[in-house]
Amino acid sequence: MSTHTEHQAPQGREPLDVNDPKLTRFDIVREGARRDDIEIVHYEPQVLPGTKAERRLARVVAGLFLITGLAATAFLAIYIWWPWQYEPGRGGDKFYTPLLGFTLGVALLAVGFGILTWGKKLLPKEVSIQDRHEGVVDADGRTITGQTMLYLADELGVKRRPLLGISLLAGLAPVGAVLAAPLVGGLISQPHKNNQMFTTGFATAEGGEPIRLVREDGRPVRPADVSVGGQLTVFPGIEHGVSNRHADSPTLLIHLRDSDAQESRRANERIGHGDYMWGNYAAFSKVCTHAGCPASLYEQQTNRLLCPCHQSQFKITDNARPVFGPASRRLPQLPIEVDSEGFFVAKSDYTETVGPDFWERP
Amino acid sequence: MKRRKFDLAATPGKAAVGVDDRFQVATPLRKLLNKVFPDHWSFLLGEIALFSFVVLLLTGVFLTLFYEPAMTEVVYDGSYAPLQGTPMSAAYASSLDLSFDVRGGLVMRQMHHWAALLFMAAIVVHMLRVFFTGAFRKPRETNWIIGSLLFWVGFLAGFTGYGLPDDGLSGTGLRIASAIMLSIPVIGSWVTSSIFGGEFPGVMIISRMFIAHVLLIPGLLVALISVHLGLVFKQKHTQWPGPGRTNGNVVGERMFPRYALKQGGFFMVVFGVIALMGGLFQINPIWLFGPYEAWVVSAASQPDWYVMFLDGSTRLMPAWEINIPLGDGYVIPPLFWPTVVLPGILVGLSTMYPFLEARHLKDRKSHNLLQRPRDVPARTAVGAMAVAFYLVLTLSGANDVIADKFQISLNAMTWAGRIGLLLVPPIAYYVTYRLCLGLQQHDREVLAHGVETGIIRRLPDGRFVEVHQPLSASNGHADGHGELEYVGWVVPKKMNRLGALGPAIRGFFYPIEKPVEAPVSPGHPPVEARPEREEIGSGESRR
Repeated sequence: MSTHTEHQAPQGREPLDVNDPKLTRFDIVREGARRDDIEIVHYEPQVLPGTKAERRLARVVAGLFLITGLAATAFLAIYIWWPWQYEPGRGGDKFYTPLLGFTLGVALLAVGFGILTWGKKLLPKEVSIQDRHEGVVDADGRTITGQTMLYLADELGVKRRPLLGISLLAGLAPVGAVLAAPLVGGLISQPHKNNQMFTTGFATAEGGEPIRLVREDGRPVRPADVSVGGQLTVFPGIEHGVSNRHADSPTLLIHLRDSDAQESRRANERIGHGDYMWGNYAAFSKVCTHAGCPASLYEQQTNRLLCPCHQSQFKITDNARPVFGPASRRLPQLPIEVDSEGFFVAKSDYTETVGPDFWERP
Repeated sequence: MKRRKFDLAATPGKAAVGVDDRFQVATPLRKLLNKVFPDHWSFLLGEIALFSFVVLLLTGVFLTLFYEPAMTEVVYDGSYAPLQGTPMSAAYASSLDLSFDVRGGLVMRQMHHWAALLFMAAIVVHMLRVFFTGAFRKPRETNWIIGSLLFWVGFLAGFTGYGLPDDGLSGTGLRIASAIMLSIPVIGSWVTSSIFGGEFPGVMIISRMFIAHVLLIPGLLVALISVHLGLVFKQKHTQWPGPGRTNGNVVGERMFPRYALKQGGFFMVVFGVIALMGGLFQINPIWLFGPYEAWVVSAASQPDWYVMFLDGSTRLMPAWEINIPLGDGYVIPPLFWPTVVLPGILVGLSTMYPFLEARHLKDRKSHNLLQRPRDVPARTAVGAMAVAFYLVLTLSGANDVIADKFQISLNAMTWAGRIGLLLVPPIAYYVTYRLCLGLQQHDREVLAHGVETGIIRRLPDGRFVEVHQPLSASNGHADGHGELEYVGWVVPKKMNRLGALGPAIRGFFYPIEKPVEAPVSPGHPPVEARPEREEIGSGESRR
């Protein structure tokens, strides 16, 4: 097809007779475009049929499609025969996923580039101009539709018979509520059931035994288990105490050095927590008061506890007061002592609310 | 029985007539085939988002066949040896099985995750393109709003998906989400306990997030995307200004065959890139994080990149707690401002922007021609300010990693973020504004005086002047040529953009065509532009 370049405006043009046998197929295509207010102003083949350039491009596209076939076959072969079961160490299975991704990626990329080359290089370049009909307002249409809608309202007679409208609204409003009711009613859950937001797994039943501090494996903790300057994550020694069912109970038991312990005790006394420590041991909630992450990075030298999520820092020797970052409330301290068998127990539950802050926290 | 001769060649034609008899589709189909699309690389950014979404749907359906959305406690006995015998939730165990015991499951899971990251990235970059070129102006405000909502719905989709594996990382993310909900004044604790079905973590949240992630949110996304595309189709695409292009027309290619082929090819390329990434680049290795346990967290646990700006804002927020001394006392925790109020403001500002700008400029006209960022310095500068704000927050979301890798004090990083958040955006505004004016100025200068040729001429009185190649023909003015009007499109600034040099030789190993002779002495005497440059082109100026 040769170059067609035309610039005449399509206005006031007689439609072509598309059944005229003298017309080429392109003439009919262009006529169709004109009927959609599209003028093909430039249509130029990029490669001439039968030229070396055309054959070369066709070879490139065909080559890309063949690469797709090869890569896809390789994908299937690997999928079926490559060892894929996990084995410890550096087995061949470590290459299973990369090989699948690589072969699939190559297959898709090759077919993609093949199609792109076909479209961009082998097809004629064209410039068409389509009219947007910008600013053409169908004023009559607006009037008719507007009047029709007003007419509908007249017919319904809502204005003349206001009772109908009001009663319909009155009838439908509860129906909307009916739709929402099961959703809200089903989901809603009282947050203060069993005082759950203010208690943890260390809460004892009326007159019950104090609850022991246990490790992750459930064994109770003796003072000698934590070396000076060291710390240990402890849990309430109750059923499911070491599980996400008591996500607010994990506690950090810290064995402070003598000087730090004295400082800590003085700080405790200032806020009336004088008996919360046992010897040089102090226990603080591990749940950050900011967003609830475990504040678990303890820096021995400065006695600071860092929460790795938002970098709040708590000064352990100053009642775990927040000294930097977005947390605004100190970590609650668990009052502890050692029972007759020599294991740590909680004297009582936390006396402050554990975990992230909320509106009605007193 | 009489056998009629079967004419194979006529079958498609007959079938087509049959279809048209019943559905009358010939003319609408012609209109569709003929629709003209303008072409520019920046119009493809939104397509990347669309194609990633298709990949997300395909891989996501595969994942649901194996994933079990339950928090029932099970003991892992799959093939990943290091975790064998560990108690964990069924959700985490089935995610591990997807990675180790389902053939090709890992590549699918990684493709899903990469496609999600690409989806969000493409949305953001597409949004920037639309913003900086003014494509959101009347009549396209609705589509801008839908686009902004798509970001937030995509954000939710990403967050709910991130939580599903129930590994150590996603559980921590969920813990923070619950704290964010808790921080809402008055209703916070009710909202949280209703969504989690009791105290965190409860036993319901995974199955609730699952149905949101696989049905409700994708449904919403499909609906929004359909309307988005439908509106693009109905309102026709915007185009750059240029030869023959006006506010009232679309200059480009008809949809079929070339445009459609290019789209199809591009889809395959996007899909291919996601497959490569899914296979070659490990992402979210959940088996390393272990099951979620409320007391375990590791340093440098970062969320997906599009959540990092909220993480950053949370880190930078000073510990300002508001106490209300009524009754037992009430609190508004500091967490409320950066995670609930800030996103609320961002949604409001971004969706309202087209109307704010139109109101400010008293602009009620429809605009189908795009603007180059330099031509609207105030908008571009506002955009740069927003980007700077976002970047400071995003970097602060990784400030612990930056502090660690570059050995900077962590507290210094936080303070740098706090101060930077206030200082950097205004600076970005000022610098961008000046850059825009400068670029515009240079374009106007070239239009008035011509392209610098690099040829220095010495005048008889000893002065040196540079020879300029004017872009317009002589009109008898003092300096010998007319001034061209500034129309807001690319101005050639180098001599070889005017055809002063021969085109580059093509061919990889050897030239596939005879190189065109370059003019002997470019610019001396001044070279005329080649006449065929005047023709209407598709915007690609060379070749």
